[in-house]
Amino acid sequence: MSFLNYLINGLSLGSVYAIIALGYTMVYGIAKMLNFAHGDIIMVGSYIVYSAMSMAGMHPAIAILIAMVGCMVLGVVTERVAYRPLRGASSSLAVLITAIGVSYLLQNIALLVFGADTKAFTSVINWKGITLFDGELQIRGTTIITIAVGLLVLFGLQAFIHRTKSGQAMLAVAQDRGAATLCGIDVNKTIAITFAIGSSLAAVAGVLFCSTYPTITPYIGSMPGIKAFVAAVFGGIGSIPGAMIGGLTLGVIEILSRTYISSQLSEAIVFAILIVVLLVKPTGLLGKRVMEKV
Amino acid sequence: MALLSIDHLSISFGGLAAVYNLSMEIEQGALYGLIGPNGAGKTTVFNLLTGVYKPKEGLIRLDGQDITGLAPAQISAAGIARTFQNIRLFRALSVIDNVKVGLHESFPYSTLAGVLRLPSFRKQEQAIDDRAMEILEIFKLGEQRDLLAANLPYGAQRKLEIARALATKPKLLLLDEPAAGMNPGETQELMDTIRYIRDELGLTVLLIEHDMRLVSGICEQLTVLNFGRMLAQGETKQVLQDPEVIKAYLGE
Amino acid sequence: MLNTIRRKYGFYIVIVLFWLLMTLLKSAGALSSHFASLLVPMTYYAIAAVALNLCVGILGELSIGHAGFMCIGAFSGAIFSLLTKEALPGALRFFLAFLVGIALAALFGFLIGIPVLRLKGDYLAIVTLAFGEIIKNILQAVYFGVDSKGVHLALDMTDFTLEPDGLTLIKGPQGVSGTPRDSSFTVGIIVLLLALVLVHHLMDSRDGRAIMAIRDNRIAAEATGIHVTRYKMLAFTLSAAIAGAAGVLFSHNVTTMTNITNYFNYNASIMLLVYVVLGGIGNINGSVVAAMILYLLPEMMRGLQRYRMLIYAIVLILMMLFNWSPALVEKRRKAVAWLKNKLPGRGKGVA
Repeated sequence: MSFLNYLINGLSLGSVYAIIALGYTMVYGIAKMLNFAHGDIIMVGSYIVYSAMSMAGMHPAIAILIAMVGCMVLGVVTERVAYRPLRGASSSLAVLITAIGVSYLLQNIALLVFGADTKAFTSVINWKGITLFDGELQIRGTTIITIAVGLLVLFGLQAFIHRTKSGQAMLAVAQDRGAATLCGIDVNKTIAITFAIGSSLAAVAGVLFCSTYPTITPYIGSMPGIKAFVAAVFGGIGSIPGAMIGGLTLGVIEILSRTYISSQLSEAIVFAILIVVLLVKPTGLLGKRVMEKV
Repeated sequence: MALLSIDHLSISFGGLAAVYNLSMEIEQGALYGLIGPNGAGKTTVFNLLTGVYKPKEGLIRLDGQDITGLAPAQISAAGIARTFQNIRLFRALSVIDNVKVGLHESFPYSTLAGVLRLPSFRKQEQAIDDRAMEILEIFKLGEQRDLLAANLPYGAQRKLEIARALATKPKLLLLDEPAAGMNPGETQELMDTIRYIRDELGLTVLLIEHDMRLVSGICEQLTVLNFGRMLAQGETKQVLQDPEVIKAYLGE
Repeated sequence: MLNTIRRKYGFYIVIVLFWLLMTLLKSAGALSSHFASLLVPMTYYAIAAVALNLCVGILGELSIGHAGFMCIGAFSGAIFSLLTKEALPGALRFFLAFLVGIALAALFGFLIGIPVLRLKGDYLAIVTLAFGEIIKNILQAVYFGVDSKGVHLALDMTDFTLEPDGLTLIKGPQGVSGTPRDSSFTVGIIVLLLALVLVHHLMDSRDGRAIMAIRDNRIAAEATGIHVTRYKMLAFTLSAAIAGAAGVLFSHNVTTMTNITNYFNYNASIMLLVYVVLGGIGNINGSVVAAMILYLLPEMMRGLQRYRMLIYAIVLILMMLFNWSPALVEKRRKAVAWLKNKLPGRGKGVA
């Protein structure tokens, strides 16, 4: 039974990774950039919820909504100010480094505003959860809701991309930016929408992450951010179901290896599995192989 | 014995036969043309010959040596050099360094000799420089030696690609649409150069070309491809008069 | 003749002059102890940046794991010095520590390169990141020591007991301590110069041309007879080896390596990447200058305390926008052309 418990915890952590990875993968697929500041948007989202709830005493739902809108604005603004001017730069490293600069910037703003000390985050989920098999299996409410939100986000995103005009535009821009422009698609607008969605998802992920691990520091975004990036690559970067599967697998592997192998080495194990997957399938689980034309 | 013999060569991509059952022989010293409509599989043949693709079936022999399925670098060592339809220069290297890369295998001093500037490095680098200049002069590119390859005009870039290919000391030179994008004057100059390479340097040349003036001007023999299959083969004049060939080019 | 000398040796002379100036100022007591303590780190970050530029700029493969190679050099060099602390005289021991650190970093570079270099672009980057994190993670978790019964290795403190004559080399999260402080600014400058000569000479040889040819166009390089895997491995291994040398300097400067996450995680690799990009991708000398300035910048702003990293972040973003934004690059080019036209005696109508 304890195995099942760990498995469910893994799926819960994996759902958080998956939601972050969705943002990563969308931005990578459409804007063709590794947004290293994506993890820090999570941190910003968490601080907004923390401030709204603990300091302003707002209802959690309203706090989350404010965080989503706040992160959305933040995502769109950073894209406009810091990333868009570098589109078409002679090296793709330029925008990568700028994203790192944005990451430092967000961390240090948080440091100035909230200080370096750890803040206790009150979980937004009060539900105790369910008990099965005469108390043998206890599933926390946070866990259930995290997994549910993860699935909701996945299906919502799939529907958005395949059913709406903006979603179709995203697919087009992801495939061929030049051709999309010729078809009358506003590439700048499409990329801005991508950042808006990815960043508000990061806010959601931040709230869920902090509900499970209830502390906030200016640096909390960085490790889940990097792991979500790994998850996105793992599943095949650019692929939305891939990000979901990658995130869930990563969460499960992390929790299981922490429990059964070594708590110190769990990160090494996660990364080692990533390496093996990429060596066997160089484009990730669901990534498509593109042959180079000679 | 023929310098290059291709025997029942086939490859398919996603179930579609790109080249099917192709056989041809090229004699030492020949100026041979490979022509056909767009998408006929000409460049695929080049990619098969140079090891970019591995054939599904068939045999490729160069000078008696079986080179089927070898890696590109091994095929280069065996004696086939090529140019590319979409020019592939080392853009951030200078013009002369592009040629020097081609001389890489001919002057094999060790890494240690290079880093420590041992006598073998100095001696061979001097020889490399001299040889590279000789080759550049064939194409009248000597004055642009220190320019970045990316900054050369288009026609000169095509010439530099041939120069780089020559530097590898090939027996067989494959030219993929060497005249593409050139004006008539440049094309004429190119034809002279190709003849020079064959007559004076003794190379065998196989080229893909759409410019019929160039094809009929210098190619002695032709193979015509259509939908990956051989449509006609033989002396240039006869092949170009073949009604099947005319039909393939002009449509019904 | 003078031009050739300036072009070939100019930068080395600048470094030697910098060394001379700093050494004189230091012996005259004109440097604050804080600033003096920054001199050695400046050299090893410059060396690490040169190493990374060999990988990113010359080979053309993005690595986000070079701090991992530095980490291996740091640990293996430090362990060697701990083991031979009594047995060998200082200078010889330090020299051998360099060889050990460089060799081990090169070995790991080679082993990691075999799988990594099969991948392309961002996938390669993420796998180097993964390797860097694995190296850091493992070194942070293990307990390692020797005693009269042999070598002991454990993942848990409770499993780790040594005989009384034993010597603890790596103590889990507490890392390695007691490394002799052998690094000095002079040694750092010497190693930096050696690294520069190595990379410059490599670039200016057949191997360097082959490596850069692969970077510019892999398919054409293969067709030209270049053994792509061999040269990728060569460049990657050398790059790891140089990063290892930087690591040896590091561990013999800080002497105690506790909580190595701060020094060798992916953030450290990224910091090196920032040096490389701002110094110019493929511009080896630029990496040295950028590493030194960018390392000093936040350190010199300590007076601003809480604001220094904030300012650093803003400066970084602005510099990237200024240097790389196509619109700004174009504007700058036009401004330069306009200035050239306006300047008297030069008005040749340069477009």
